[in-house]
Amino acid sequence: MAKVLIIGSGGAGLVSALSAHESGAEVIIASKTLPTRSQTSMAQGGINAVLGADDSIQNHIDDTFRSSAGLGDEARITFMCEKAPEAIRWCNAIGLPFSRNESGEIARRRLGGASAPRACYAQDYTGLKLLHTLYDQCLKAGITFKNERFLLNLIVDEETNRVLGATFLNIESGDVEEIRADAVILSTGGYGGLYGKHSTNSVQATGDGLAAAVRAGAKLADMEFIQFHPTALKNSSILISESARGAGGYLLNGNKERFTDELAPRDIVARAIHEEIATSGAVYLDIRHLGEEFINHELPQERKLAQIYEGIDPVHELIPIKPSAHYSMGGIEVDAHCMSSIAGLFAVGECANHKTHGANRLGGNSLLELVVFGLHCGANASEYGAKHPSPALDNHQLAKDTNFVRGVMYFTNQIDFYQKQEMLANIFYNNVGLIRDDMGLKAVLGAIRQMQKELPFMGPRDKSKICNTNLVEFIEFGNKIELSEIIVVSAISRVESRGAHYRIDAPKRNDQMFGAHTITWKEDGVLCADFIQ
Amino acid sequence: MEINVVRSADSTAQCYNVELENVTLLTVLNHIKTKIDPSLTYSHGCRSGVCGSCAVRVNGREVLMCEYKPVNGDTVEPIRNTRVIRDLVVDSSAIERFNATAKAWSEDSLEGNISNEEAHRIETQSDCILCASCYSACPVYAVNPDFIGPFALTRVWRYVNDLRETNSAIKIAAIQTNGIWDCTLCGECVPVCPQNIAPKQDITMLRMKSSMLGYQDPNAGMAFGGGLDFGTPMF
Repeated sequence: MAKVLIIGSGGAGLVSALSAHESGAEVIIASKTLPTRSQTSMAQGGINAVLGADDSIQNHIDDTFRSSAGLGDEARITFMCEKAPEAIRWCNAIGLPFSRNESGEIARRRLGGASAPRACYAQDYTGLKLLHTLYDQCLKAGITFKNERFLLNLIVDEETNRVLGATFLNIESGDVEEIRADAVILSTGGYGGLYGKHSTNSVQATGDGLAAAVRAGAKLADMEFIQFHPTALKNSSILISESARGAGGYLLNGNKERFTDELAPRDIVARAIHEEIATSGAVYLDIRHLGEEFINHELPQERKLAQIYEGIDPVHELIPIKPSAHYSMGGIEVDAHCMSSIAGLFAVGECANHKTHGANRLGGNSLLELVVFGLHCGANASEYGAKHPSPALDNHQLAKDTNFVRGVMYFTNQIDFYQKQEMLANIFYNNVGLIRDDMGLKAVLGAIRQMQKELPFMGPRDKSKICNTNLVEFIEFGNKIELSEIIVVSAISRVESRGAHYRIDAPKRNDQMFGAHTITWKEDGVLCADFIQ
Repeated sequence: MEINVVRSADSTAQCYNVELENVTLLTVLNHIKTKIDPSLTYSHGCRSGVCGSCAVRVNGREVLMCEYKPVNGDTVEPIRNTRVIRDLVVDSSAIERFNATAKAWSEDSLEGNISNEEAHRIETQSDCILCASCYSACPVYAVNPDFIGPFALTRVWRYVNDLRETNSAIKIAAIQTNGIWDCTLCGECVPVCPQNIAPKQDITMLRMKSSMLGYQDPNAGMAFGGGLDFGTPMF
């Protein structure tokens, strides 16, 4: 029986776990939180699938491919869209409580960039309800959870480029542990947390899996593509779902006038809002005309969040919004079987780049991706592990990481990393955000290189061994720094505009030079980048 | 504004003075951790009330830190009925244990159309974020640490009451011991739920369903000392 280690317990991890378990593997899920606390709980809008005769799978494929701006892989998009109806049936069979339409079918709403209403939803709690349903199924399957395990590094045999397992900080005890396995799946989520208070993401979305993967020699793809969600609350960057616009919500500028097609793809709407804020001072989401009853039933979460965080009631008032970092299109480069460039190391969900979103993701395609590719990845990892059991090789990773965790306590703390983290978030939002240019990007790169040098002068100030969240946050900051360099180098290299990557100094798309994926990796600690078809 | 936080090192409240107004308790604690005292330890995630990480007690009442706006003099403590790991971080293994004991999952759900009204029956219960506020507020744990408890029983009702579910009998069987009959129906769990779920009501519904399936309240006979039940019907 193959042993499959899954790192990260959001939707992608739990679907993979159920699939690997179903394929006969022994599954262990290691995660830095309790599974139901993952980022997936925050997804609101829905899961795209063509269920009725009023729409066609080809339309779903075309919409997704068009939005990907040349960086989507047609075969994989087709795979995802064709599997979508089956994915919805699977979610229903495990008990996901979908909302229903008048005829009792699974209800669908239209999200931006979609030619028809095809996002199946559960009120504005689609991600929450999916995640909890999956968690319940994992308990039913008797899958082993190791919670409060913070990923440090992957264990890779250098000679054979074969993954053997991973090392973790046991957050509660403070000890460093290793878990060996025949196959490892990374499902650790995205890196939107890098944008700090300018992100809709959970504070946990620090890209730990991607950073560990690149340290282990894996390749990353298209890291410069970060989606900005058009409508986050102005002061807190808390997400107001696209379903608010899908249901007929308007965007109004400072003069209370409409200025754009509310249901264009996210990159276009987000830039329009950005420009409008610059010229008219503010942008609002207006859902007042939808009525109290509709808002209470279809958008209950939005109403509550606007009341708490902006002190306004959307039933009667305009919601002040701004675009905020929302989704990482970039991720670990994987093949059609979800395997990375390291043998036995798989990646799935937001931390992977399945080439389904390309330069811009459509709303409703992320939950779809994690279900379709989760099922696929879990089965593949299980099969790989059964065919190629992991050799019991000696490896120094555990000793190295144990030393690191001990040593980091002696970092000098002359520089406060929380301050640097806030600064990184701000300069990223302003220079590696919706609008970019060469000079701004290079300035950020300079600041990152400086922070890399300063890391030994930072460190955790809390010296406790038990449950040291200051230590965890410092290592997360290290991961952010690791990834931020890669993102900025990728963004500097791509001297064109495409999807979410908009260069004001090169506003046109240039397929001849950049119609390819930005592949990045590290060789002996040196960052390498190349454009590869 | 002065905020007192009960620290685990010496079990006493430490007072922090912060100059923030009209913000959430989580914002205040983030401010303290990043600017004043990095050793202050708590859990958080989404900051929007859906991940269930940040339940604590303020002045003796359970709240989510990301939804509660503190006032001067508030005292913050970890939630109850579980082991404190450090400061406001508690052992959450009970969530997995109770949900697994209660078999709080779908055995198999049927395809086919169901009306919006029928789907609505489990809408509130499936809003649960497993923050464990109800578990903290429940007095039964003082006498029975194995009590399956409010959130897991609500979850069972969510599946039993789901029209698509094919086998709810197995769930009803799983909650007879240390389950629905151990609840005193005191209702402490209801006002503390950030998602407006009423576990007490769900437990009452599960009792009715159990009675319909022939289960009896094991305590009912004990009400008269055990031996004589006078043939009274069991609820």
